[in-house]
Amino acid sequence: MGEVKLFRTWSSPFALRVVWALKLKGVEYETIYEDLANKSSSLLEYNPVHKKVPVLLHNGIPICESLVILEYIDETWNEGVRFLPKDPLARATARFWAKFNDEQVFPSFFRYFMRQGEDQEKAKEKVLENLKFVEEHLKGKKFFDGEVFGFLDLVFGWLVCYPGVINKAINLKLLDEQMFPNLCTWMEQFGDVPVIKETWPDEEALIHKFHKMREGLGIYIYTKLRYEAS
Amino acid sequence: MPKKSEIKLLGTTASPYVNRVQFALNLKSIEYEFIEENLVCKSELLLTSNPVHKKVPVLFHANKPPICESLIIIEYLDEIKSDVHRILPSDPLERADNRFWANYIDNKFFPLYEELRMTIGKEGKEAIKKQIIEGSVLLEEVFVKFSNGNDYFGGDDVGYLDVVLGCFIPWRKLIEKYNEFTAFDEVRTPRLAEWTKRIWSHEAFKDVIPENGTIVNFYMILQKYKPPRVV
Repeated sequence: MGEVKLFRTWSSPFALRVVWALKLKGVEYETIYEDLANKSSSLLEYNPVHKKVPVLLHNGIPICESLVILEYIDETWNEGVRFLPKDPLARATARFWAKFNDEQVFPSFFRYFMRQGEDQEKAKEKVLENLKFVEEHLKGKKFFDGEVFGFLDLVFGWLVCYPGVINKAINLKLLDEQMFPNLCTWMEQFGDVPVIKETWPDEEALIHKFHKMREGLGIYIYTKLRYEAS
Repeated sequence: MPKKSEIKLLGTTASPYVNRVQFALNLKSIEYEFIEENLVCKSELLLTSNPVHKKVPVLFHANKPPICESLIIIEYLDEIKSDVHRILPSDPLERADNRFWANYIDNKFFPLYEELRMTIGKEGKEAIKKQIIEGSVLLEEVFVKFSNGNDYFGGDDVGYLDVVLGCFIPWRKLIEKYNEFTAFDEVRTPRLAEWTKRIWSHEAFKDVIPENGTIVNFYMILQKYKPPRVV
């Protein structure tokens, strides 16, 4: 079905969801790792508007924005496993929660991680409020999309790894089993899916990175991270 | 095929995001009941149907759970009545391209107008106007590419980006008037200047355009509840 390349960073959770999508569809692809401090001319050519990763290149044509890429992958490699459900209402629901993750849940988590003191406490309230909505949405379901995992599990998949690693790095626990029983059960089940389990970035490297970010290597690192959000 | 009583739209006539959905409903010849919401004193219906964001528009279809977020509502309408005026194209690459630019318009371009409204001071305002102009020039290029010599982003008829960008015309006109500039002007963005007139008079949009009094009133509400601040 043509040549596929993925421009990504090694640590970005937004890139990971595209990796999972490609692997689950059995698509062969080449990975090009970007250093966001020194963006390649290719990246600037393929995503001139945002200059961000991930970017999928299919037969030389770029597709940007991870949620857009996920739907593109689902529609292009459309035989076999489908990520989005068939029913229009179920699709609308999945898209709603995907948008909520990208525009509210993840940014609020990031802010919580990057702040200190009273600011961090306020940020914590916000992320917990957001996660409670997600917890409620998972009620009675094995995966976000029902009995079988799909689009929304790929979107929320970062929860399986990143909060846990951040907790190891700086002792900042977020997902308490008592407060979030549905989420914690889902994390175990989704985390057990082979493609998910085998593709996490190196934990030690992530811990080191999180330490560096928190130790205030300045606006540069914060800006770099903002570029990594898709 | 949805029947008239089956589709209800909760919204305010002044909201461009609500107008966007109305534009799509009209294009697809879907009859609906409009329920006016008071955003200053939000109804129980809004708070229960959109507890996450507490925002309009919200679409109700028969007894199904409500659908929120205007772009998501449009894709839903396009899928339930795919045989009448297809809004998104069917090719995956074209769909991805359309969705990318919809995100740009909603997350980068239009928010500049709210930022402009909220900014006090000439220097601050000029800086934002400059960004709006840059965005307009970019959107002119997008129009040229998508329209392929025709009248709309969708080609020879209204498509997704016509709906996504078109709904902002009334609100943008107001903000531009108050700030003494024109984003889609005839010299810098000639195609978009023509396109604006076309959308303004399009049969599926012209009856959706809020009356001047309504939109000015909405502006005053925003000035009161989300007042401008010094940068």
